[in-house]
Amino acid sequence: MRIVLHIWRQKSRTAQGQMVRYELPSVSEHMSFLEMLDVLNEDLTRKGEDPVTFEHDCREGICGCCGFMINGVPHGPQRGTTVCQLHMRHFHDGDELWLEPFRAAAFPVIKDLMVDRSSLDRIIAAGGYVSVGTGSAPDGNALPIIKKCSDMAMDAASCIGCGACVASCPNASASLFTSAKISHLALLPQGQAERERRAIRMVAQMLEEGFGYCTNAGECEAVCPKGIKLENIARMNRDFLKAAILYREESAAGGAG
Amino acid sequence: MSLNLDARIPSGPIEQKWDKAKFEMKLVNPSNKRKYSVIVVGTGLAGGAAAASLGELGYRVKAFCFQDSPRRAHSIAAQGGINAAKNYQNDGDSVFRLFYDTVKGGDFRAREANVYRLAQVSVDIVDQCVAQGVPFAREYGGVLANRSFGGAQVSRTFYARGQTGQQLLLGCYQALERQIDAGTVEMFYRHDMLDVIVIDGAARGIVTRDMVTGEIDVHVADAVVLATGGYGNTFYLSTNAKGSNATAIWRAYKKGAGFANPCYTQIHPTCIPVSGDYQSKLTLMSESLRNDGRIWVPKQAGDNRKPGDIPESDRDYYLERMYPAFGNLCPRDIASRAAKRVCDEGRGVGPGGKGVYLDFAESIGRLGRNKIAERYGNLFEIYERITGEDPYTVPMRIYPAVHYTMGGLWVDYHLQSTIPGLFVLGEANFSDHGANRLGASALMQGLADGYFVIPYTLGHYLAQVKPGGLDDSHAECIAAKAGAEQRIQTLLNVKGKKTVDDIHKELGKVMWEYCGMGRNAQGLEKALSLIPGIREEFWKNVNVPGSGEELNQSLERAGRLADFLELGELICRDALVREESCGGHFREEHQTEEGEAMRDDEKFCHAAVWEYQGQDKTPARNVEPLAFENVHLAQRSYK
Repeated sequence: MRIVLHIWRQKSRTAQGQMVRYELPSVSEHMSFLEMLDVLNEDLTRKGEDPVTFEHDCREGICGCCGFMINGVPHGPQRGTTVCQLHMRHFHDGDELWLEPFRAAAFPVIKDLMVDRSSLDRIIAAGGYVSVGTGSAPDGNALPIIKKCSDMAMDAASCIGCGACVASCPNASASLFTSAKISHLALLPQGQAERERRAIRMVAQMLEEGFGYCTNAGECEAVCPKGIKLENIARMNRDFLKAAILYREESAAGGAG
Repeated sequence: MSLNLDARIPSGPIEQKWDKAKFEMKLVNPSNKRKYSVIVVGTGLAGGAAAASLGELGYRVKAFCFQDSPRRAHSIAAQGGINAAKNYQNDGDSVFRLFYDTVKGGDFRAREANVYRLAQVSVDIVDQCVAQGVPFAREYGGVLANRSFGGAQVSRTFYARGQTGQQLLLGCYQALERQIDAGTVEMFYRHDMLDVIVIDGAARGIVTRDMVTGEIDVHVADAVVLATGGYGNTFYLSTNAKGSNATAIWRAYKKGAGFANPCYTQIHPTCIPVSGDYQSKLTLMSESLRNDGRIWVPKQAGDNRKPGDIPESDRDYYLERMYPAFGNLCPRDIASRAAKRVCDEGRGVGPGGKGVYLDFAESIGRLGRNKIAERYGNLFEIYERITGEDPYTVPMRIYPAVHYTMGGLWVDYHLQSTIPGLFVLGEANFSDHGANRLGASALMQGLADGYFVIPYTLGHYLAQVKPGGLDDSHAECIAAKAGAEQRIQTLLNVKGKKTVDDIHKELGKVMWEYCGMGRNAQGLEKALSLIPGIREEFWKNVNVPGSGEELNQSLERAGRLADFLELGELICRDALVREESCGGHFREEHQTEEGEAMRDDEKFCHAAVWEYQGQDKTPARNVEPLAFENVHLAQRSYK
């Protein structure tokens, strides 16, 4: 089938960008979307033009590298699917598609369809963990965990950190991403010791990075390739509110002796 | 022979070796640790766990990854699970049994002492991961659940749905981010390692390229840890991530690190078959599916009926027939070769006859659709997305694909390569899986190396060297940097006609054809005559657009391919010299009457360790003899 692509081309973070039109005359329906871009890039290279830069790695929908907008929707039209797993059989002969990078102040464009998402790492660094050093763990079965809690924690922990939630949000909020990690750990007994500190620090870091507030638009849940639920944001807000009231600075009085 | 291959295996009974080694190792006192700096390259399970654990201990760590975040490392794609000898199922498991299964599964080509240690620390890994909040599957009573995996008759595999690698890596990534926040680890994203710096015989740093700006930099340290994964992408099509590459270990090899058993490559039996020339990678369907899926092909060659129309009496459940004791759960190398054999007989299914069925109809009938969805839901979704077929109603079609490389840089018991101060962890080393890795053992090894081995053995090394005393003005640093810059310019200046992928596909075809599931002397000699030609074509006719001073994905791929083009030749050379069949290395000349692999323990009960001799010179083959004192050498039987 014939596909027309309009792709955002931008040489560097500071360069001016623009949409450029490309026509692909024979796309196989069995190709993945990225394989179609591979074919385009091979052609561009042969013609001596600069190939389109896009992020990708595992191509199995789990590493979270890939992601851009297809006709205004992160990862394209198929629900619950990263763009590397999106196959051309979901498109039609003659379709015209507009590809743009994820847009958010906290995701500066690096080149073409590739953006810098290191802000998400810094949110995790602010508290998205259980502070347990290597070697200090009790036996794995010493702490029984209710299956339902474990399953819900797993649902939240499935987030791949692709940033689609941010790109879809009118406020460019990272609430779904941040709340998925807060929920994952808040639902487990291992996460209780640092629960309040985690909520305060991660939410503060999210705002520090320039992500917006959540206004319950719900776009994030609709585009999330891993089906992360909006209720995680409610849990994050509850934890944050509770922590904001109860939180006290650590006491250092008297020193360690 | 000039490589020092003293494996430094502690004396004494195998059960006591690791405890003894730990006690005898030198320590660095807490206030001195911060005087030492360590470079860790790669942030998958091995590298991420190492960087986090070394940071916790107080060393100054610089960690590097080529992805945009340490969480992207390809460990994330591991699906099925992680083995641990917990015996929670009361089904007869023990440290010794996990050790025994791993040595046997590896077809008696691994080092016993390393494997025993791996089995010992496996129990600590699961505890550590649970404490980090890894949401392993649980039973209603709240205890951890287990599943079984290939090559074992006990249930010792811990899992988090079909995303175990993801959850373990996130646990390890979070531990790493905690150290980044604490300031003990400095993280470098989007950095490609281009070379290792060796000064006075010891590894003292690396050369990197900032993939966004193109800047080439030198980083020095008191020791270097490589945890950069395997080299399966030499074959172009594999289950590895597109970015997975061998540059770090290949550069180290060219600086004097021995490369062990490069021909040991694992072909995974359950992958989604190739659909066209544009195919960019192959997707694995977890081995765990073999717990409930039954593998079959039609009894008659050329039977074109739809799978549902083929009655039971016309189906050949060939693994159950040939290996009744292990059935569909026989080890990967055996299952892959059996699939190739039935396809070669003309009984393969799907386009081109390169596929076999993996059928869930019986287990859906027995357990219900919901139970199957709970166990494998995400895998079924992946399959449906890629093929457009619903595996709940139509059997999956699968075919073997390159998945894992058991070979890698040679390391001793301390995980140190033949270059002092250069440590190699995880898939990048050769140590634990012999000639075939069992399912759910890669995650175990990566985390064992990173969490529980390197913190001890690296400390022992550092305690014997003086910290610091080096900066990037040293002649070796300047030379290594200039060499890396020169190489990039050379690649850019070729300005030929073929793309990087054109040439990589050519290499991949040769590797798969002559050095894939079945190998023979004639084919390997053919490959050895073809590869230098492809390499020459590459350096004369590759087209790398753009410049070195910008983000340039073609340039990144070209640099990696240049190394695969050399490594591919070494893989074939090693396969040619190893005139026996063992595990994933199957020489057609050496098989039993039933077509099983036939080892030659007299001539080849050793690790082959290749030593670089200079550009375009034949490398030297050294050997480390393997002694089996605890597991009796025997022909593997899964019947």
